[in-house]
Amino acid sequence: MKTTRILDAINDPEIVERIVSRRDLLRQGGTATTAMAIASVPVLLSVFAKSAFAQGSGLPQQVKDVLNFALTLEYLEDEFYRTGLAASALIPAADQAIFAQISKHEVAHVALLKTTLGADAVAKPTFDFTAKGAFPDVFTNYETFKALSQGFEDTGVRAYKGQAANLQVSPDILTVALQIHSVEARHASEIRRLRGGFSESGLHKGWITGNQTDVPALAATYAGEENFTQGGVALANSNAVTEAFDEPLTKDQVLAIAGPFIG
Amino acid sequence: MDTETHGGAELDFLAQLAQASSRRTFLKWSGVTLAVSAIGCSDNTAPGADAVNLGTGDFAVLNYAYALEQLEAAFYIQVIAKQYTGATDAEKLLLTDIRDHEVIHRDFLKAALGAKAIADLKVTFASVNFADRNSVLTTARTFEDLGVSAYNGAGRLIVDPGYLLLAGKIVSVEARHAAAIRDLLQPKTAAFAGDDVVDPVSGLDGAKAPSKVLMAAGTYVTTKITSPLP
Repeated sequence: MKTTRILDAINDPEIVERIVSRRDLLRQGGTATTAMAIASVPVLLSVFAKSAFAQGSGLPQQVKDVLNFALTLEYLEDEFYRTGLAASALIPAADQAIFAQISKHEVAHVALLKTTLGADAVAKPTFDFTAKGAFPDVFTNYETFKALSQGFEDTGVRAYKGQAANLQVSPDILTVALQIHSVEARHASEIRRLRGGFSESGLHKGWITGNQTDVPALAATYAGEENFTQGGVALANSNAVTEAFDEPLTKDQVLAIAGPFIG
Repeated sequence: MDTETHGGAELDFLAQLAQASSRRTFLKWSGVTLAVSAIGCSDNTAPGADAVNLGTGDFAVLNYAYALEQLEAAFYIQVIAKQYTGATDAEKLLLTDIRDHEVIHRDFLKAALGAKAIADLKVTFASVNFADRNSVLTTARTFEDLGVSAYNGAGRLIVDPGYLLLAGKIVSVEARHAAAIRDLLQPKTAAFAGDDVVDPVSGLDGAKAPSKVLMAAGTYVTTKITSPLP
């Protein structure tokens, strides 16, 4: 029974109760099409739930493809942070709260996407966070761990952004994807600043300057961020202009970045 | 301001051309050089329009974004000009960057909208004590979180995929700002993506309908905004 699946994923009786009651409201509302029901998260979850109840997912193939792509990235982030938090003497006590919060979100994103996709969800791949030996000390050297964290978060932001247009056929799901996208950006900002000791300078601002990175192995994550033209409007050739806009990546570009970490 | 005026006239012309073609064509064709006119031109006593109408279709959504960026830019221009007591060098760097980004967003949207752009809004920050760090940063947090939820809620209203992408390029930068401001208020805690703004169960950020956002922004905007958006 699929009803139980999403409700199990949400381990909070009060929220479950709200979701169920809102779902009933939506049913009664018929074609209200959740008329901008974006105001509250429980409503969004109910929208997801409706999809999941319909069947495996009942979503257009194009949407399923995007969500499975997103799920793969979320699996990666989720396992990365859970492994990091479980590693002894990796994350200093003073920084634990930051990574615990990020990890909590990645766990939630995996659950949400899996529930939405139902039987159509891809299985979790096997990950190699050393990227075939490129980062051998990822879970023993905190600097390496943080560098990869930044890379995953900044890549995640670009990946979701690149898929937005493919979700326009399903506005409710587009909205949810945007709500994940901005969370990844919050994570990225925090990690970037943490890596710089909160100096807010150089390569350790919360935003991306040009295509700059201090980790050469992650150059592909920042390629194309040095963009001075938006929507056909030529903007000033300044660092601030590149910082003010985050650029998308195509699915192929993202898979090329993530590839070494998978399998 | 000269460059802005010049660009405006040129854009008006291009916008007229655009009415005969598609909006996307307009944006692609208008290779206008927009000199980002950094600071200057706006403080809360500057005259602005008494009323504006956002227009229709995608232009309404873009004007909605333009209105919010006007508000944010005006706020940070004052933050930097008035510099609260005890600001560290790192805080000054961070807030100056954010000001620059918001001014760029504002000027970009104005250029993209051309003749369709709404007039300058009248804003008021009477409720903000610019000499006080906490007053400034809590207001900044409100604006950034509101901006994120506004773009997240408006994405579904955009028809043109090119405009949707542009909104996506801006919203993640607003989210980066939001996290940084929140961290200044509560350093090295979960606050950058706290449970008060990112739902801890679903892991989702906010998404608000334009009508709700405009109501919230009404505290700071005295121009009457007529909006067709839900």
